[in-house]
Amino acid sequence: MAEQVNRKPYVREVSPTRWFLRDRRYMRYMAREVTCLFIGAYTLMLLVGIARLAQGPAAYEAFLAALREPASIVFQVLTLGFALYHTTTWFNVTPKALPLQIGEEFVPGGAVAGAHYVLWALISVVILFLAGVF
Amino acid sequence: MAKSNKPIVWGLFAAGGTVSAFVIPVLVLLTLLAALGHVPTTLAYDNLRGFAASWWGKIAIFGVIFFSLWGSAHRLRITCFDFGLRADTLVATVVYAVAAVGSVATVVYLAAL
Repeated sequence: MAEQVNRKPYVREVSPTRWFLRDRRYMRYMAREVTCLFIGAYTLMLLVGIARLAQGPAAYEAFLAALREPASIVFQVLTLGFALYHTTTWFNVTPKALPLQIGEEFVPGGAVAGAHYVLWALISVVILFLAGVF
Repeated sequence: MAKSNKPIVWGLFAAGGTVSAFVIPVLVLLTLLAALGHVPTTLAYDNLRGFAASWWGKIAIFGVIFFSLWGSAHRLRITCFDFGLRADTLVATVVYAVAAVGSVATVVYLAAL
């Protein structure tokens, strides 16, 4: 009986592993999700840096030397690209995730995102300054 | 009502996404400068050690690593599911465990500084 019922089994046409290739919007969504791999790995790298710092000057110098490896530079350049993509997509979606209402009116999304960009620029300049870059 | 840990991990995801959006690009820029031979003065051993020894330095370093780690961990869990890895309980256990161990390790190393 069961075989009769299953003569024309329902087959999902959507592949669970490649579904996002069908549409550019899905691909942009996945690109946004993949940023976490690079940001997560980079955060673990920062954690290793703190560990080396705690272990003393020799360990920390070895960490700085490892940063100069070509593979490390490639990783950091990729991380910079993905991190910038994360930042812009995150700020652009913030007004939708947290609509800001003042009185009767909603603050325009562009203003909320724009305020984030201004704050981002400010924080970046302050950190670069405190780090002694200029 | 069934208990859920969703609000906690989603809150950490929101906080982690925000923290990393604001500071990860500039931090990558700093380590890239160091990698290219122009080590920013604060990244020199004595200066960074001094920064990490101060309580505000510890809070800043812990805040960045903690939130960025948990935000990435939660997003990685969703990403694994979206790439067809449907063993969600296993994935969640692994990514949150890494985030938890990383958080504790950060505290331990900062305490030693």
